[in-house]
Amino acid sequence: MALRRQKGVTALLVGPAAAFFLLLLVLPLVVVVIYSFGERGPAGGYTPAFTFDNYLNIASRGQAFLNTLMMAPLGTLLCALVAYPMAYYLAVKAPARWRVMLLVLIIVPFWASQLLRIYAWLLILGNRGIPSLLELVGLEDVRLVNTRFAVLLGMVYGYLPLMIFPIYVSLEKLDKRLLEASADLGAGAWRTFRQVTLPLSLPGVATGSLLVFILLMGEFIIPALLGGGKVFFIGNALVDLFLQSRNWPFGAAVAVSIVAIMLATIAVYMRFLLGRNQLRQEALI
Amino acid sequence: MSKDTKPISREKFIEELLRYRKGSVSRRHFLGVTGLGLATAVLGTAMPGLRPRPAYAAGELGDTLNFTTWPNYFAQANLDQFTKDTGVNINVAVFGSNEEMLAKLQAGGTGWDVFVPTNYTISTYQSLDLIEPLDLAQVPNFDESTQEARFIGEAKIGGQIYAVPKDWGTTGYVVNTDKVKGEMTSWRHFWDRTRDDLSGRVMVHDYQLTTIGNALKYFGYSFNSVDPNELAEAEKLLIEAKPHLFAINSDYQPGMRAGDAWLSVAWTGDASQLKRDMPEIDYVLGTEGGEIWTDFYAIPKGAQNRPAAYAFINYMLDPEVNAREVLAHGYPSTDSKTNALLPQEVLTDPILYPAQELLSALEFGAAATLTDPLRAELMARFKSA
Repeated sequence: MALRRQKGVTALLVGPAAAFFLLLLVLPLVVVVIYSFGERGPAGGYTPAFTFDNYLNIASRGQAFLNTLMMAPLGTLLCALVAYPMAYYLAVKAPARWRVMLLVLIIVPFWASQLLRIYAWLLILGNRGIPSLLELVGLEDVRLVNTRFAVLLGMVYGYLPLMIFPIYVSLEKLDKRLLEASADLGAGAWRTFRQVTLPLSLPGVATGSLLVFILLMGEFIIPALLGGGKVFFIGNALVDLFLQSRNWPFGAAVAVSIVAIMLATIAVYMRFLLGRNQLRQEALI
Repeated sequence: MSKDTKPISREKFIEELLRYRKGSVSRRHFLGVTGLGLATAVLGTAMPGLRPRPAYAAGELGDTLNFTTWPNYFAQANLDQFTKDTGVNINVAVFGSNEEMLAKLQAGGTGWDVFVPTNYTISTYQSLDLIEPLDLAQVPNFDESTQEARFIGEAKIGGQIYAVPKDWGTTGYVVNTDKVKGEMTSWRHFWDRTRDDLSGRVMVHDYQLTTIGNALKYFGYSFNSVDPNELAEAEKLLIEAKPHLFAINSDYQPGMRAGDAWLSVAWTGDASQLKRDMPEIDYVLGTEGGEIWTDFYAIPKGAQNRPAAYAFINYMLDPEVNAREVLAHGYPSTDSKTNALLPQEVLTDPILYPAQELLSALEFGAAATLTDPLRAELMARFKSA
């Protein structure tokens, strides 16, 4: 009887979340998969059919896949490299009374819309921005906007806080006594960082990277604005297929492919992380 | 309007005028008590263009109107005045291509009340049942007899009018003559120099009709071609040109103004607006031809605020309002009542009214291009290349 009631309670607790996932995640995904086997309607849209043509046509978007699969990991890596020192400074070096204010300063710009902040970069990188300053010191004809560089810059800028905060949290809760112990055992500052601080903060780096990576894989506003429609991501290809050429079935096939790639990448990534942890634990034993 | 019919005294008139100028009474109150409103109304019956706008009670038209249009395409003062007159706030959404508008309408639930389709799309909207025939009784400012016939033909289907004309224009290119020297008169010049000394300084629209159309003109094909072989040649040209483009974007004024771009496919009004601030900008219609078009006001099926939509369209077609539009956006009007109110220099501006031999080479967009899968996929491949 008690067990039964417990089950009832569990069902009640899990119910809303399960319904949410089923209605808003699983069901739409099923629709997308079904659409991906259909055909484009005469005026665009969807006509029911069963064909693999859309999947066979994926290669025509090869460049977009390539751009995304290169730039998203690169953006994530750069983000981590920029975020780590900042998080380290905030968590370890910054005076306690400044810390809250510094954290707030990181968040405040993100109260403004992302579109607006990216648009600001368009002006900074555009002809009247940095290039006109460079001209003053004799560097003529520098072009920054609508390049891969501009897109990477925008991606790092846009997602930095998502990387800083997880790393900050993992560094902040780091037991300072471990650092003392390391010093007592004769390790220098660099060695302590490399063998104690860094490994213990890796979960933060891993969480941050995963967050940033997933969002970058679906990114489309930054490449559209700072890439001028020339640095094309899968996100842009999707927007195009649904909002311009109205080829929903092909768009659905591209979407299914990108979901599959993401799942595979994340699975490998998790296995790699778990594997590492397991090895470490075995080594400790 | 004042209830008694006695004329207002001179002192009272001055007093009311001062109150109105200080802003303590509304324009409607002022016109009412002074009798000027009545006078205007009487005169208006004799003088087209002075007809009073219908007055609306507060809240009668709802409080918002969703208006979907193109970049740099209206006089903000006109929209503000409409809001002031009717209490209806206007949400403006700006699009980059007719295909994008069609995609949104096909997906449904746009919430749009008024949108601005181009001539070649109307038959498709009608056959897909996405727009409704207009109740012209609610658009008294539209008078077919004062409209130039060649611009409104495509809005009439089966004897019914589905859209009323906003303005017309051409699609050519703008060139910054401070930066670009040498002869620029054709699409051949445009595409050859893009792949040569203007590399990195050229913009094309994010819009299949004009981008593919003007690539087709390079080879002397029809702007509207859906022939697979001709399209394949256009695609080759576009893909070759792509690394040399500054951007693919239908909002090219920022790029041209900042000096990032020196050459861009452009519509009449953007050329007028750029020329106004940058005399070094020239507008070129390729000698091979290109596009001539009309844009319309239309109401999508299922529009939520029809009363406001009709009031808005009628307001925008008021010759005075429309003349202010033309002065602001720099596209020519299709309506002779509006043209009668415009200064001579506008009516002879070569950007708005190009030479006849250039105009006669232009084509109206064809309905087939909107839904043609080859053109849609070509554009998508070009962008993702």
